[in-house]
This record gives sequence, structure tokens and C-alpha cells, in this order.
Amino acid sequence: MQKEKVNIDKSNEVIRIRGLEKSFGDYHVLRGIDLDLYQGENLVVLGRSGTGKSVLIKLISGLLRPEQGSINVLGNDVINITERELEALRIRIGFSFQNSALYDSMTIRKNLEFPLVRNRKNLTRKEIDDNVHSVLEAVGLLQTINQMPAELSGGQRKRIGIARTLILNPEIMLYDEPTAGLDPITCIEINDLINEVQQRYNTSSIIITHDLTCAKQVGDRVAMLLDGQFQRVGTFDEVFATDDPRVKPFYNYNFTE
Amino acid sequence: METAESTPKSQPSRIDRMRSAVADFFLMLYRIYLFFLQFFKEVFLPPYEWKEVFRQCYEVGVRSFTLITLTGFIIGVIFTKQSRPSLLEFGATSWLPSLVSIAIMKALAPLVTALIAAGKVGSSIGAELGSMRVTEQIDAMEVSGTKPFKFLVCTRVLATTLSIPLLAIYVALIALLGGYLNINQNEGTSYSTFIQQAFEPLTFVDFWASLAKAVVFGFTIGIVGCYQGYNADKGTEGVGKAANGAVVTAMFIVFIEEVLIVQIAGWFR
Repeated sequence: MQKEKVNIDKSNEVIRIRGLEKSFGDYHVLRGIDLDLYQGENLVVLGRSGTGKSVLIKLISGLLRPEQGSINVLGNDVINITERELEALRIRIGFSFQNSALYDSMTIRKNLEFPLVRNRKNLTRKEIDDNVHSVLEAVGLLQTINQMPAELSGGQRKRIGIARTLILNPEIMLYDEPTAGLDPITCIEINDLINEVQQRYNTSSIIITHDLTCAKQVGDRVAMLLDGQFQRVGTFDEVFATDDPRVKPFYNYNFTE
Repeated sequence: METAESTPKSQPSRIDRMRSAVADFFLMLYRIYLFFLQFFKEVFLPPYEWKEVFRQCYEVGVRSFTLITLTGFIIGVIFTKQSRPSLLEFGATSWLPSLVSIAIMKALAPLVTALIAAGKVGSSIGAELGSMRVTEQIDAMEVSGTKPFKFLVCTRVLATTLSIPLLAIYVALIALLGGYLNINQNEGTSYSTFIQQAFEPLTFVDFWASLAKAVVFGFTIGIVGCYQGYNADKGTEGVGKAANGAVVTAMFIVFIEEVLIVQIAGWFR
């Protein structure tokens, strides 16, 4: 499906990252990252495996702490924030995990209710049910409401993972490899869903992937992470209008024989 | 010039390896202590996950019921059977009910319950939380603004702390039943005589010391199982290690606690 035109407010940065550095032992994964995510924008972060793409969104959500740099999310300094403020901020950020991370021991209904009942304590039973039905309808999986995660396919699990994040009406969505391990048709469906979420919920998103079809289909901007830094940032065509031997193979592998 | 190939890397000596293993063990005990402090920091603060505590109590208590019943009964029968020949030599088989009850109530019931629970419940907690860590389910809870420590750790530790003493009391009763059946069959002792002789030598200190032991053992099994699972390394190997670590470490600490509590209870007698 062709992506519809979206309104991106370039005067409003919902995420602002400056000079971000992260190492694991002697391995410097991120070496001074600068990045802005604008209101209403889908930003795709591309890069080879192990280049720190997932680390980046874990830093944004406060799951990891950087060695240096600043991360400002929705006006909050994530690094110097209190635990309580971080919890409050996390409700405004949806995180869709690579393997969906659905709670194995709970039904789909319970999976979706879990964040809702703990963060919106004043909701009635009917309102909780309505919210659950609403997000399940949004991802087209209302029929799975009483199933266990193990009974679902990979694509369905991804959709439910996205639904679980949507239930708190996040302002920012972080997608970690949303199409990894899925067949091409399901990939297209997930890409459409990401665009639909952007439109319907007015979210700003960072999508981590190395799937260029996904990048092309959902990204308003693309950022290429190479050697721990963003080497190329722009529209999809701008990023790949280069002969850089570190960038070209990505395009060739995906779009040429 | 010497090259890397020409200089064989020196292997650590056996003493170095032992020193490193001991250091690792004490480091782990220190980390468990920090985990323990975090538990007390969070357990008294709202929100309270009572529903999950009761669900975990069901998992710990009811799911262990068959194994606990069977083990308790067999211990009662075997202990009585094995003790009889020694007492018979002195013509003192009438002391069997007292001997059996002292052994069961003061030592065997809490210890055996703890060892079974460490194997069944501790490993299950370690594996479950380890698997949740590896599959990012704990991270998913954290980023959705909920407190995974409170929901996963506090509830399980409370459940084991509450359930294992109840299981220990149940094991004691079942083991006494096993002992009674064996004594009744061989010596023809009546039920009322057995009960009278069995409880005569026991004091309140004995009862409370055993209960306190079971509470401490339950807490230990919960906190160690949760610590191992919650801090599991990435990968399926980490899940296996967490389950195994939960059992081995909990058993080790339970034995140390057994010795300490017996000493402390001795001061009150």
C-alpha cells in the first residue's frame, strides 16, 4: 500500500539526542550519535547487525544508560530523570520488541490489560474491555482475545505486541525489527500497520530494521548507522544516492539481482 | 623476538581457580543481599499485587501437594522403621513415638520441605523468570510503566514465605501419620497413646523454632530463585543456569540457616 502524506511538525522535536556514546566492555557500539525525531514522523534506523540499532532505542526508553551524551524525550532528560518520572515517561512511549515479548502465561486479553490496569487505575471494567477491543480491532486480531501467545503465528504476535503498546495511547513508538523473521506478505501487512498507527494515533516513531522494503514503505526519513555513527540521514532516495561501499551493498542486496 | 604463538598462555593454577570460584561465590552472596534489600524497599510500597501473590501461593502450595504428601509419608514410615532396631536393643521401643516426633517436628519436616521446595519451586521460579528475562518480557513490563520487580519478585517471594511453612506443618503431620501407622502395626500402640507420647517432649520453643526455620527457608528459596532468574544471562543456556543455580544456592543457604537457627533456638531453651 502506498504511504499516505503525513503532517510532520519539524519545529517540534519529540526526541533530541546529542553526542550519545555507549560501550559494552571494549566494544564501542555508539560513538557520538546525534538524532532528532520530529512530531508525527516515522524515522527508520538502518544498519548492519550488531551496529547498536536496538541499543539506541533501549537507551531512549531508559532500559540502558549511556556513557556520554544527552537524550531528551518529550521534554524529559532521560539520563538525569528520577525513577518515578521515568515510569511516567515510559507510559508515553510504546516499545514493540523484536520477538514481541508477549507474556507467555497470560491470554491476549490479559497481555493487553496488564499495562492498562496498572497505569490507568480509574478505568471501569467496561472501559478496560472497550480499550482492549479497540486496539485488537485496530490490529485486526479481535478473534484472538482469549488465545494464549503460543497459539499465534509470528505475524500475529507482532501485531499483538504493537496492540499492547497502543493501549496506553503512546506519543512515541519504538519498533525493534518489526518485520524480522516474517514472510514477505506479512511484512507488508506489518508495514501497513505501522503507517496506520502513525495516521490513526498520531505517533512519532523510530523503526529499527535492516529490511529496505520496510524502510521505503514506512520511513519519512531514513538514518543509516555505520561505525557507531549516523553517516547518512535523509529520505530513502537521498540516503541511497551514493556510491559509498558501506551503503551500496544494502540497496543492491534488497533491490537488485 | 617472541611471538604470541611461541609463548604459551599460562594456565591459572588450581589454587587460582579455587580462589576465583570462592570470590565469585561471595560476590553472588553479596548480590543476593542487594537483591534482598531491594525486595524490602519495594514490598511495603503500593501498588500491592495480592491477586498475583495468591496465584503464586497456589502454584507453590497446591502444585507441590502430591510430592510433599508422598515424601512426608515415606519419611515418617522409613524413619520409624530404621529407628526401631536400635531402640529394640535397649527394650525401649515405647520411646519410638517421642523419637519420631522430635526428629520430624524439630528437624526433618522444615528441612525436607525446604529441600523439596528448592528443587521444585526454586528451579521453576528460576527457569520462569530466566525465560522471561531472555525473551525480553521483563523489559516489556518495565517499558510499559509497570514495576516488574514488584510484580514478579515480591509476589513470588511472599508466596514462598507464606506457603512453605504451611507445607512444612503439613509434612510434619503426614510424616507423623506414617510413623503412627508403622508403630501401630508393629507395637499396637493406640492413636491416643501415640499422640500423647509424640507431643509430650515437644515445647513451644521447638514448634516456633521449626516454624521460624520454615519461614526463613521459604523466603530464601523465593529470593534465591528470583535472583537467579531475574539476572539470567541472555540465551537459553542462561535459563538452565538460572534454574540450576536457584536449586544449588538455595540448598546451600538453607543448610547454613538450619545450623544457625538450631544454635539460636538452643539459647532460648
